[in-house]
Amino acid sequence: MTTATIPVLTKKDFQTDQEVRWCPGCGDYAILSAVQSVFPELGIPREKFVVISGIGCSSRFPYYMNTYGFHTIHGRGPAVATGVKISHPELEVWLATGDGDSLAIGGNHTIHMLRRNVGIKVLMFNNKIYGLTKGQYSPTSEFGKKTKSTPFGTTDRPFNPLALVIGADTSFVARSVDVFQQHLKDTLRKTAAHSGSAYVEILQNCNIFNDGAWFDLTEKEARSEHVVQLEHGKPLIFGKNRDKGIRLNGMETEVVHLGNGNGLTEKDILVHDEHHPNPAYAFLLAQMEEKPGFPTPIGVLRSWDRDRYEDVMAKQIQDVIAKRGPGDLSKLLRSGDTWEVR
Amino acid sequence: MATITDPVVRVHKREVIDKAVLRFCGDSGDGMQITGSQFTNTVALYGNDLATFPDYPAEIRAPAGTLPGVSGFQIQFSSSDVFTPGDSVDVLVAMNPAALKTNIKDLKMNGILIVNRDAFTVADLRKADVASNPLEDHSLDGYRLFAVDLERLTRAALAELGLDAKSMDRCKNFFALGMSYWLYNRTMDLTYKWIEDKFKTKPLLVEANKMAMRAGYNYCEATEAFQVSYEIPPAKLTPGTYRNLSGNQALAMGFVAASQKAGLPLFLGSYPITPASDILHELSMYKNFGVMTFQAEDEIAAITSAIGAAYSGSLALTTTSGPGMALKTEAMGLAIMTELPVVICDIQRGGPSTGLPTKTEQADLLQAMFGRNSEAPIPVIAASTPGDCFWVAVEACRIALKYMIPVIVLSDGYLANGAEPWRIPNVDEIPGIQVKFATDPVGFLPYKRDPQTLARPWAIPGTPGLEHRIGGIEKQDVTGNVNYEPMNHEKMVRIRAAKVEGIAQDIPDVVPAGDPDGDLLIVAWGSTYGAITAGLKAARAKGHRIGHVHLRHLNPLPKNLGEVMGRYRQVLVPEMNMGQLSMILRAKFLVDAQGYNKIQGQPFKQSEIEGKIEEILG
Repeated sequence: MTTATIPVLTKKDFQTDQEVRWCPGCGDYAILSAVQSVFPELGIPREKFVVISGIGCSSRFPYYMNTYGFHTIHGRGPAVATGVKISHPELEVWLATGDGDSLAIGGNHTIHMLRRNVGIKVLMFNNKIYGLTKGQYSPTSEFGKKTKSTPFGTTDRPFNPLALVIGADTSFVARSVDVFQQHLKDTLRKTAAHSGSAYVEILQNCNIFNDGAWFDLTEKEARSEHVVQLEHGKPLIFGKNRDKGIRLNGMETEVVHLGNGNGLTEKDILVHDEHHPNPAYAFLLAQMEEKPGFPTPIGVLRSWDRDRYEDVMAKQIQDVIAKRGPGDLSKLLRSGDTWEVR
Repeated sequence: MATITDPVVRVHKREVIDKAVLRFCGDSGDGMQITGSQFTNTVALYGNDLATFPDYPAEIRAPAGTLPGVSGFQIQFSSSDVFTPGDSVDVLVAMNPAALKTNIKDLKMNGILIVNRDAFTVADLRKADVASNPLEDHSLDGYRLFAVDLERLTRAALAELGLDAKSMDRCKNFFALGMSYWLYNRTMDLTYKWIEDKFKTKPLLVEANKMAMRAGYNYCEATEAFQVSYEIPPAKLTPGTYRNLSGNQALAMGFVAASQKAGLPLFLGSYPITPASDILHELSMYKNFGVMTFQAEDEIAAITSAIGAAYSGSLALTTTSGPGMALKTEAMGLAIMTELPVVICDIQRGGPSTGLPTKTEQADLLQAMFGRNSEAPIPVIAASTPGDCFWVAVEACRIALKYMIPVIVLSDGYLANGAEPWRIPNVDEIPGIQVKFATDPVGFLPYKRDPQTLARPWAIPGTPGLEHRIGGIEKQDVTGNVNYEPMNHEKMVRIRAAKVEGIAQDIPDVVPAGDPDGDLLIVAWGSTYGAITAGLKAARAKGHRIGHVHLRHLNPLPKNLGEVMGRYRQVLVPEMNMGQLSMILRAKFLVDAQGYNKIQGQPFKQSEIEGKIEEILG
């Protein structure tokens, strides 16, 4: 696919001449910068990239990426992207979306794109608020949250985005954070390397309408206590002194302390297997953030290979052509019972 | 009973007639649609002109024997031109009391009535809400009644096969079909072939259905049930090769033809909905033409996936009916804004809301014209007959691709399921469609237009040097960049409108059928074509000077339409809605167009059109 004639691309090649219009201090800038840094590394010609989005702050993303781009309508990005990918499986299609666009109005398209395993990489910017419409709660806002549309607090429970997409049998599920630039770039590289559907939740700060939504995770002092980095083949250890770990106890995960005289060592800790055949494992990881005292896992929760929808469809077409021969219009028009009038 | 299966050749009177209307009706589990389409294919292959009207309930299986469960299939076939399935019926085959009760009003006086006597037990009558047995109470005295023990005779014919009673009873529609073939002197060969193909994995059922049909045929031959059989010679159609074609089949083939002519792969995004689903079914069979059929998760994904396919260079299509159109409206706006060629087919049905899913109506015209937020014009074209659907599909693709614009095609349930003999065109009779993708980065701008068509360039992803961004936000003229300036917005709104209006220069003027000027002009569109054509012929024969303009292009309208309407003293607009085209004509031309409106889920009858003309012209 890639050849020696491809010019070496730089971050600058992926920047457009359009003024970036996010609020100063928005987490989206960091995400844009990470994507613009990683794309040139991938060895893919620029014209093969298509960045698609729906509606929301995150969905302005395509205007700032010097690739093919399509800013569609609210929630429908996955379906537009699916049409692009079926028509041209060789294109590198990325979808920028948010917690409202992907999980509220676009929830249906999201789960169906993921179950089909269309080769689309989804970057879901989760700031737990509606920013573009100025501050209503979103499907990921915490229960009871007071917002412009819920002055007395929300009365509905939030989605756990990654648990949801694991339920849809997504073949690549990951999480990163806007301000963890190296981790984010590393996650984007792994995302790019995956061929099927990839769903990446990027925890992102909206400093205007929901400032500090992820403060517990991003604040320097607390970071190591509240985040566990998932690395394939490595134990789930966290803490400032790397003295805490996640252990599997039957169907539950539990936080245990290492080396405080309880006899527990690294060997007792759950070793991360992103290719675990049972999605229940990734589901346990996804649920950890909701459990008191548990760290939020970041990194790749699940990655497994299965056939891409667009490839299966293309193959079916090729198989039928091989079996019946390429379509002949004249024969098609004359198919079935015909008669002559003289 | 042996006489049933052993043909005893007797001499019957054979009468040559010009045309006949036959209707099969029964429970929706009785196989009436199959019976009707088999009869249709046989008379088509014989060379009669024909029109059909399948009329079935929305419920797949309403309780057996009840009134809501009645399914019917009507066909008019003739040795001369046929424009409609017929106002009234010469031969009615009724499989149960419910079917008899709901259909008898359409049978001509002294018409032939074949009923399945076995289905007239007290329990059957109760299910159909019938107080006394019509076979005994003389209420059918005005008809030539043939009460036949369809079940008992079928069982007797199949006795030796060892089938259970239920399986044998399922063959009774073929007994009735065999009788119908005898009545009109038709060969059973085509249906034999179909049965063999249909049940090829179940040899016992092949045998059973064939035997049942033959038994029905021989029953007529042997019993002298009918004194006369009829002969309807082939019609004198334009020379050529013909096939029988329904509207939905024609649309599917038309889109494949357009895709071949344009040299573009065809993409269909669709969500199943009555009565449009058959287009999806048909196109999903044509994979060897490279057709991509995507059964989406909903109506919105169906059109937006098509928009994605159009953006990346496919000939993109979505198919639906009224409720689905409602869901697609926002996405249509996106296709207008991004100026991408997407063809949207609305196979109209009775509404609003779920309405009458299996019944026909043409009440989505204003929705097609205006059913979007803001100023969002779309070209709209409509098919007038099942066969015309093919040509309309090709025309829709031509306009969409030439002008880089979404196009709406209107058909309806009556055209979708109805069939007619269709002269198969040579491939070179189908107009070519030129498509040019942008490839040159020098001077490329995504909204720099062709001065003639106002089309913007089609620059598909994967083309080096043409990377650009599009979207639903207002575009700056020429550059396509996001732009909120007041004067730019007005300019872009006017450009999008001018692009649609400009298509009027690229479509033929209307030429009225009938008289070129005179007392009355009928202006109409869509599936009313047949009834109006037949009604017009009859009314002109009485000496009235009447013309008929049947519009294919509804937006923009043909540029001489105003002038043509001015040549007649009055304008009549028959529509299966509350007066949607007449509203447009009145608004646009300040013409005193009178509506003639029928909103019953049923097509116009020829007599209704004739009656209306008579009422106006006296």
